[in-house]
Amino acid sequence: MTNRINQVLEQKENILSIYFTAGYPKLDDTVKVMEALEQNGADMLEVGVPFSDPIADGPTIQHSNTVALENGMSVKLLFEQLKDIRKSVSIPLIMMSSLNPILQFGVEQFCAKCKEIDVDGLIIPDLPVEEYISEYKEVMERYNLKNVILITPSSTDARIRLVDEHTDSFIYMVSSAATTGVNKNFSSDFDAFAQRLKAMKLKNPLITGFGIKDKESFDQVTRFSRGGIIGSAFVKAVAEGEDAAASTANFMKQFGRF
Amino acid sequence: MKTSLRPDERGYYGSFGGAFIPEMMQANVAELQEKFEQIVATEEFKKEFDTLLKDYVGRPSPLYLATRLSEKYQTNVYLKREDLNHTGAHKINNSLGQIILAKKLGKKKIIAETGAGQHGVATATACALMGIECVVFMGELDVKRQAPNVGRMKMLGAEVVPVSSGSKTLKDATNEAMRYWIANPFDTHYIIGSVVGPHPYPDMVAKFQSVISEEIRKQLLEKTGSELPDTVIACVGGGSNATGAFYHFLEEESVELIAAEAAGKGLESGFTAAATFKGVSGILHGSKTLFMQTEDGQVVEPHSISAGLDYPGIGPALAHWFETGRVKYEAVTDEDAMKAGLELCKLEGIIPAVESSHALAVLEKIKFGKDQHVVVNLSGRGDKDLETYLSYL
Repeated sequence: MTNRINQVLEQKENILSIYFTAGYPKLDDTVKVMEALEQNGADMLEVGVPFSDPIADGPTIQHSNTVALENGMSVKLLFEQLKDIRKSVSIPLIMMSSLNPILQFGVEQFCAKCKEIDVDGLIIPDLPVEEYISEYKEVMERYNLKNVILITPSSTDARIRLVDEHTDSFIYMVSSAATTGVNKNFSSDFDAFAQRLKAMKLKNPLITGFGIKDKESFDQVTRFSRGGIIGSAFVKAVAEGEDAAASTANFMKQFGRF
Repeated sequence: MKTSLRPDERGYYGSFGGAFIPEMMQANVAELQEKFEQIVATEEFKKEFDTLLKDYVGRPSPLYLATRLSEKYQTNVYLKREDLNHTGAHKINNSLGQIILAKKLGKKKIIAETGAGQHGVATATACALMGIECVVFMGELDVKRQAPNVGRMKMLGAEVVPVSSGSKTLKDATNEAMRYWIANPFDTHYIIGSVVGPHPYPDMVAKFQSVISEEIRKQLLEKTGSELPDTVIACVGGGSNATGAFYHFLEEESVELIAAEAAGKGLESGFTAAATFKGVSGILHGSKTLFMQTEDGQVVEPHSISAGLDYPGIGPALAHWFETGRVKYEAVTDEDAMKAGLELCKLEGIIPAVESSHALAVLEKIKFGKDQHVVVNLSGRGDKDLETYLSYL
C-alpha cells in the first residue's frame, strides 16, 4: 500500500511541514487553510485535533485549541469537514491529537475514518512508544497509518532505537527541551543531538520540530535533518487578517516555493 | 476482590494508571520510576523522613474521639487530626517525602501545582526548610479565593505563578507545571500534590500519605483494643488524603471505606466535581483514570466550593477501587459540606477545611451502629476558608 509520507520522503529534500489547529481561527477555515498551504508550497500537513488540556503545547497552540473548541470543533465534525479533502489536497496529511479524544471516539473507528479520507499518519504526543507497540500498532498498521513518534535530546539511545524499529516513515526530532512555540536560537545542544543521531545511523529519516518559526530557522534545521515542522509561528500568522487563506499565502511567501 | 495497593510494573491499578506522557517528560519520569523505590527503602531516607514527620510536622497527629459528634450520630466518631499538622493539612507529609527524594536525586529546584493552596504552602515550607528554590503554579481563580495561602507561600520564599488558561483552577495549574517541567527537565523536580499523574506519582504520593492509616491502626488499638475501625471516611479531590487514610485498611475487608466526592451544586446541576458519578475513563495528566469529559473527550470544568476538590478526576488507584467496589463513593453538595463544617465548629470547637467538611457530611447520610468505630479523616484546617464559611452563616 502506498503512503504519501513515504513518497514525499523518497522524492524530496528539505521537507516543509506545517501544523495548524483544525477549526482555527474560524470553524470553517480548516479546508481553506489546507488548500492554501498546498498551493503555497507546503510538502506535508499536520492537522491538529483540538484538546482542552494539551500538555506538550505552549501558549499559542493551546490558545488556538481553546478557540477551536469554542468555535465548535470536534473529532466528528473534523472528519465531516475533511470528507472530500482529497479532491483538493494531495500532499500527505498527518493528524495530530492528544490520546483522549481518539480514545473517546474509539481507536478503531478513528483509524477507519482516517483511512476513509486518506489520512497518512498520526502524531499522538502523549502516547509513549511502549504503549503504542503493545496496544495501538496493530490497528494503525491495518489502516495504513504511519505513527510519527517524537524523540528529544533527553531520550535515551535505547528508546530512540525502539522508536526507529517500530516506525517506517520519519521520526519527529524535537529540537530542544521545551513546549511548542518557544523561540530560541538553535544552540549547540541541538547540534550535539543532531550529531548523536547521525552517529546512530537510524533507518528512518528525521524531521525537526519545535522552535522553527521562519525561513532562517527552517534552513538551520534542514542542514541536519530531512525537514522542518512549523507550528506556533504559523498558527499565530493564520489568525492575522480577515481571510485565513490570504494570511496563509502571506506566511508562506518567505519560503519562495512558488 | 482485587484491591491492588501497589500498581503493576507499568503503573496500572487494574485498567487505570500508566504513564501517558510526552517524550519530553520521559527522562524525568523514568528516573523516578527507576529510583524512587530504591531511595525510599534506604534506612537513611526513612530516618530523615520519620524524624521530620515527628519533630517538624508534629506527628503522630491525634486520633480524637469526638464525643458530642458521636452523641449526635449515635456512634463513635473519631477524627484523625491532620489539621493539626504543621502547615495545617496532610499535604506536608507528601511534600517532605518528595523533597528528600528530590534532594537525593540532586535536583536544585522544585515546582508544584496547588488548588486550595495547602499543597503549595506545604511545598513552599519544605523548600524553605531545605533551602531549595520553589515555584508554585496556581489557577488565577484560586489565587483570588485562597489569598491567605498565597501570602504564606510568598512569605516562605516561593514564587507563585498565576495560571490564566482554561478554568483558571487546579487542572490548569497542573497543565502549566507539567509544561514548565518539560522546558526545565534537568535540575527540576515536580512535586505533584495528589495521587494523580503518571506512574510512579500515584504510588509515591500514596506511600508518603500512608502514614495516616498506619497511625490510625496504632491509635485505635490503644483506644479500643482493636486496630480496625468499622468505617473510614475521607474526602476526595485527586484523592491523596483518602488514599493515605485507606492505605493500611485496603486489604481488611471488614473495614468499610467511604470517599466523599464534591457534588458541587448537585450531581445534575452541571456544576460538580464528582468524578465517579459523572466521569468516564480516559487519559488526563499522564494517567488513565475516571474524569468528567464531553463525548468528544474534552475535559469538563469541575465545580466545588472547595478549591482543593475542584478537580475533574480522581487518581487511578481510587478509580480502580471504585470499579472493584472496594471503596464506596458518596456525593456531597457544597451546601451539605458547609452545614457539616459549621456543625463541627459548634459541637467540637474545630474549624475544618471545607474539603474535610465533605467527609464530615457523610455522617448525616449513613446510619451507623451504636457501637461502631467510625474514623473521619480531618484532612486540613479551615483558617483559609473563613470567608467561605462566613458567607454561609
